[in-house]
Amino acid sequence: MSMSSPKAATRNALLVHLLLLSIAASMFLPFLWMVLASFKPLNEIQSYNPVPVNWQIGNYAEVLYHPHISFVKYYFNSLFVASWVTFLTLLTSSMAAFAFARLQWPGRDRVFKLYLATMMVPGVVTMIPNYVLLVKLQLLDSYAGLIIPASFSAFGTFMLRQFMVTIPQSLDEAATIDGASPGRLFWDIILPLSRPGLVVLAIFTFMGNYGSFFWPLIVIKTEHLRTLPVGMLFFDTVYGRQINLIMAASVMNVIPLMIAFLFLQRYLVKGIQMGAIKG
Amino acid sequence: MVTRRRAMLAALLFLLPNLLGFAIFTLIPVGFSLLASFTNWNISQAVPLRWVGLDNYIALLRSEPFWLYLVNTGYLMLGLPVAIGGSLFLATLLSRPIRGGGLYRTLFYLPSFTAGIALYILWKKLFNPTVGPINYALDTLLMPLHTGGEAVFTWWLWSYVPQQEWMGALLDPPWWLAWTLVQSPSWLGSTQNLFALHPEHVQLNASQFGFGARDAIIVMGVWGAIGGGNMLLYIAGIANIPRQLYEAAEIDGAGAWAKFRHITWPQLAPTTFFILVMSVIGGLQGGFEQARTLTEGGPAGTTTTLTYHIYNLAFEEFKIGYASAVSWVLFSMIFVVTLINWRFGNSHVNE
Repeated sequence: MSMSSPKAATRNALLVHLLLLSIAASMFLPFLWMVLASFKPLNEIQSYNPVPVNWQIGNYAEVLYHPHISFVKYYFNSLFVASWVTFLTLLTSSMAAFAFARLQWPGRDRVFKLYLATMMVPGVVTMIPNYVLLVKLQLLDSYAGLIIPASFSAFGTFMLRQFMVTIPQSLDEAATIDGASPGRLFWDIILPLSRPGLVVLAIFTFMGNYGSFFWPLIVIKTEHLRTLPVGMLFFDTVYGRQINLIMAASVMNVIPLMIAFLFLQRYLVKGIQMGAIKG
Repeated sequence: MVTRRRAMLAALLFLLPNLLGFAIFTLIPVGFSLLASFTNWNISQAVPLRWVGLDNYIALLRSEPFWLYLVNTGYLMLGLPVAIGGSLFLATLLSRPIRGGGLYRTLFYLPSFTAGIALYILWKKLFNPTVGPINYALDTLLMPLHTGGEAVFTWWLWSYVPQQEWMGALLDPPWWLAWTLVQSPSWLGSTQNLFALHPEHVQLNASQFGFGARDAIIVMGVWGAIGGGNMLLYIAGIANIPRQLYEAAEIDGAGAWAKFRHITWPQLAPTTFFILVMSVIGGLQGGFEQARTLTEGGPAGTTTTLTYHIYNLAFEEFKIGYASAVSWVLFSMIFVVTLINWRFGNSHVNE
């Protein structure tokens, strides 16, 4: 009782496309509204017409050169902090992953299991002690207070270890016979071969940190140290009625992510399938 | 055993940076937090630090807000099955050989990739009851309902109500006209919800039935999650199902639904289980960013989740001891879910 006559198949394909298109539209509509609202003059915000009558491109300049909200600075802060966190995470995670995956030492697998078990500790448990610790170390309200606590990822170690385990063991043996030290083995052989894993971890760490909200919100008090998400929140809190400006700021927040997405898409799919997604 | 000691030393050197940071920012804080939860520690008051035993835990179990916020957290998690089901649906659609599949996938993934404060603020504007487009669309849809209701009401008044009772009927319209009184929800400003939960007490109240702030957050969450990582996991899962199973089913005359029900769904069970566990763990800790940007936990605390509650206790009220106790209760709930995962989960799903 096969139903796949050519006619029915075409009709089915058409239906699927219609369905997919309408879902895609509902995914896209909020973005469209955001972009359109960002070009409205203030007096058109009350209007239900989503399309601006008088296009006001100057909203973007107004946001960027705002006297009290320095988005340029927030961009810099976010990029600066996320770059450092990514660099340090890759360094510490790849070294630890190397020790867990490629070096032979007694108790290695037991230590690794214990280490993994602590991955389930939720951030809400550790954030209060970490906050108190930053107060004591006088790192509150500083770049270091944003960067250092975020730079030691058990998850990153786990992911890279899984990756490094798959590299053929014979490479190590050959290198060791040639007299290579563990340091050389790590730097010259394992690290270059782990590049795909490193790229995926780098993207996820960077993105995660770029959008990070909770920690900067409690750690940063000074206006010029705010990161982009925290800056966005304060912009909305103070100037929330100027929806056109808020939307212009939102567009500027989202556009770099969209561009990054188009370039990184294939790594993301790989990363998610490697288990790189959290929450 | 010089080589053995050298190997140990090398391993230690490689582990050191990560383990040091890990010890300082995870391991020690966990112990510290547990200890703090048994004290009266408050950084705003000059009360001497004291060991209070289980007092914080007893206090939180007796505090009505804790239970309300637990209910809120659970309520927001109602969006999870919807989002997961939606992801599965999209994945099955995208797993068919269709033209432009990659483009659709990109479009669906966009909300989850760009997720963050900027999009939450966008949704705050979309949900605005006076200038937001969502209620504009709803009002437009409701207009015929209202006009139709007026017509029915007028007809009923003329035909069946004695003239001297018109005034009473106008002031107190009959119950069967209630549908014409349906208004667009005020979303983020409303405590209403689909279970008619009372906002201030753990009880039900009929006047609370409707759409409110929590539902708005669920709608936003489903929009953001439906085409995200879970959809990609499902696509990968479907790609791994042996084609022969479908071919055999087709020979037996199975339709699309039968194939889904008897092949796709059972074959994806490990993926679904993994997604569900991860979502529940995330959901228990969730809601902070949404509450902080959209509602500040309101109205009347109805969007305050446990994480937002802990944030308020620790960083607004400075009750470090009590906040730590709440965080350990939350941790224990997450732990239970993790145990279920360890017991029943299929560990190779995540590889």
